[in-house]
Amino acid sequence: MAKSLLIISRQAPWNGPSAREALDIALAGGAFDLPLGMLFLDDGVFQLAPDQQPAAVQQKNLAANLQALPMFGVEELFACSHSLTRRGLAPDTLALPVQVLDDAALSALIARFDQVVTL
Amino acid sequence: MKFAIAVFSPAHAPSSRRALRYAEAVLAGGHEIARLFFYQDGVHSASTNVVAPQDEVDVAAQWRAFIDSNQLDAVVCIAAALRRGVLDEAEANRYQRPAVNLPKPWELSGLGQLHEAAQVADRLVCFGGD
Repeated sequence: MAKSLLIISRQAPWNGPSAREALDIALAGGAFDLPLGMLFLDDGVFQLAPDQQPAAVQQKNLAANLQALPMFGVEELFACSHSLTRRGLAPDTLALPVQVLDDAALSALIARFDQVVTL
Repeated sequence: MKFAIAVFSPAHAPSSRRALRYAEAVLAGGHEIARLFFYQDGVHSASTNVVAPQDEVDVAAQWRAFIDSNQLDAVVCIAAALRRGVLDEAEANRYQRPAVNLPKPWELSGLGQLHEAAQVADRLVCFGGD
């Protein structure tokens, strides 16, 4: 059986290519039908903010690529509750259907996956 | 045990040096390295254009020597490398750039190589940050 991989995305979408490069790992793995999960943690939750206007800082919109995750078979999407609260993001306004997890659920999540990559 | 090692930091970052020391220890311990994968700023760890001061450790050169002498599979993510100006001869020609800084033993390839390495290895170990 294929090993499962959790990708932890910790950077805001405006903070260089990290957010996109974490997403690219997920999309590439999805193309191979691998069992993947993606967790948005720390500033990574800013990727889920609604109504972003990346053109104002000459950036492409990452949201459209994030929407492609379920189409690539990456349906296990999570966000850290603590990270959302600290950044003033309400779970019911997020741009992507994610499961919001508390700290205990986060450790269980990380333990459940065979491998973890953090970007 | 079989290891896949991913490096996300440039040659001047302590974590690139730690990754190299870790990889050396893996082989010294009688284990196997399925693949080294260089992603994000880790592609700079593969650049032959890094010039370390004479009294400092040249980590990029050490990576090259380590990979050469152990004939390891060392893949540099092509998308991450192009964005950061790390080019082999084919890519330098394709995009008409004057410099080639990624000769053998490095291979430019895609993220599928990271996933494949993670699947065949018993452990995936990543080195990033400082």
